[in-house]
Amino acid sequence: MTESCDQTLSPARATAQAAADWIQRRQFWDWSEKDQAELDAWLAENPLHLVTYLRLEAAWSRTERLAALNRPLSEVPRVAPEIRNRWLHMRAAVALIAFCVGAGALWLAQKPKENSYVTPIGVHETISLADGSQIELNTDSALRTRVDGNRRVAVLDRGEALFKIKHDAAHPFVVIAGDHRVTDIGTQFMVREQGARVEVAVLEGSARLESANAQSATLKAGDMAVASPHSLVVTKKPEREIANSLAWQRGMLVFSQTPLADVAAELNRYNTKKLVVADADAAKAKIGGTFPTSGVEEVTAAARVLFGLRVEDRGNEIVISR
Amino acid sequence: MADQTETSREDGAHRPEAPGVNDVNAWFVREVLPLEPLLMHYLRKQWPNQSEIEDLRQDVYVRVHEAAKKQIPQPAKPFVFRIAHNLLVDRIRREHVVPIEAVADFDELGIAIDAPQPDRSVIARDELRRLQAALDQLPPRAREAVVLGRIEGLNGREIAKRMGIGTATVSAHLANGILALADILTGEVPPQERKS
Repeated sequence: MTESCDQTLSPARATAQAAADWIQRRQFWDWSEKDQAELDAWLAENPLHLVTYLRLEAAWSRTERLAALNRPLSEVPRVAPEIRNRWLHMRAAVALIAFCVGAGALWLAQKPKENSYVTPIGVHETISLADGSQIELNTDSALRTRVDGNRRVAVLDRGEALFKIKHDAAHPFVVIAGDHRVTDIGTQFMVREQGARVEVAVLEGSARLESANAQSATLKAGDMAVASPHSLVVTKKPEREIANSLAWQRGMLVFSQTPLADVAAELNRYNTKKLVVADADAAKAKIGGTFPTSGVEEVTAAARVLFGLRVEDRGNEIVISR
Repeated sequence: MADQTETSREDGAHRPEAPGVNDVNAWFVREVLPLEPLLMHYLRKQWPNQSEIEDLRQDVYVRVHEAAKKQIPQPAKPFVFRIAHNLLVDRIRREHVVPIEAVADFDELGIAIDAPQPDRSVIARDELRRLQAALDQLPPRAREAVVLGRIEGLNGREIAKRMGIGTATVSAHLANGILALADILTGEVPPQERKS
């Protein structure tokens, strides 16, 4: 373990050294189910073990951001700046993101073995990764991945994605969205990036959500978290509601007592012809039902028939008013 | 699409049922560990034997964590310092040590229990700089191993090959680095007190 200490160690220091050894073993060497069981047993053995481990692990996990440092610009592959500029350009164009790319994102942009994926409006794509994990990338989204023997990282630059992660305790899958980070603990989860706001819903297993502002939460199946620069809110959602929020995988959107304004905003993610609700009262009208993601017509028909609203097609947008 | 009327997980003060262990751990990391510089300052001022400070701190953490398993205390800060105070009083009684100053009021120590914490977004902006500085304070070989592992993404065997040393030594350097980084980042040990 740790080097040359000739005097007797205090109990706290001896435990800290044991905990540090667990962390480095788990991170850098082969790690089996048996190792995990031994670690779990060690943690359960004594509360001092647990708090010591938590303290070291908390500091160590922060150092993941270090990856953004120490890479001389000369090592940056030539395509990377172009890719980055393109992102910046797209971001500016969509005016979606008010937040700078997180440190992890910066690092990824500089790594050679990076894959990037972009979906246009109205299209979703299934991505299969080398480690057996699968990602469903929703409409109008941008994602970069770097998966190799040592690290599994994805950066969601824009939009929404469903992650079905093949669990590997030794190499947790990390998703970076804005200044927030999600680490899988054996899991299926959804991440949606909306500028500085990030939503995470866990479908299976659990995942850990950490914000750069030092807030964090462990999410279990059915948990939905909304993280912004200053807050982290976690709520339990009925299974059906989370399943409904992922109906886009089947090309559908499910609404239940959803205000028309929200319905329009949701549809607009999938369609170039935008729905504009021009009237405050009309915006509050509640709509329920299942619509195709391309279902602008269906929704406007419902607005017209159910609420007697006026629908005006102006070519590039459809305006709903009273 | 989550609605905004929901309650925050932070707001756990009135929950009657015992919190889950993950919640307690997350709370401990989020609310208690950031108090460490203040806690160390308090313990150093209160306790004569400086070589026991680390043990005392870990005792405080154990007591805080154990208590939180029954109910997560909000806010954390006065709770942690109450526990620290009680621990010192216990130790003084048990060991008949003479404290530097008979456990004074928190106010006298300049620890304002309910003083606002620094803005977390400011902390976040400084994070990379802090991490870089922490890395630079590591013993050279530990730093090298951590850089290779954490930044280059090498595994243990690859680090050993690159550094030209045995795997057991790599483990020792990495563990050493992890330990030192925790001390630096959690902000308690001034550089001159650390040994390589």
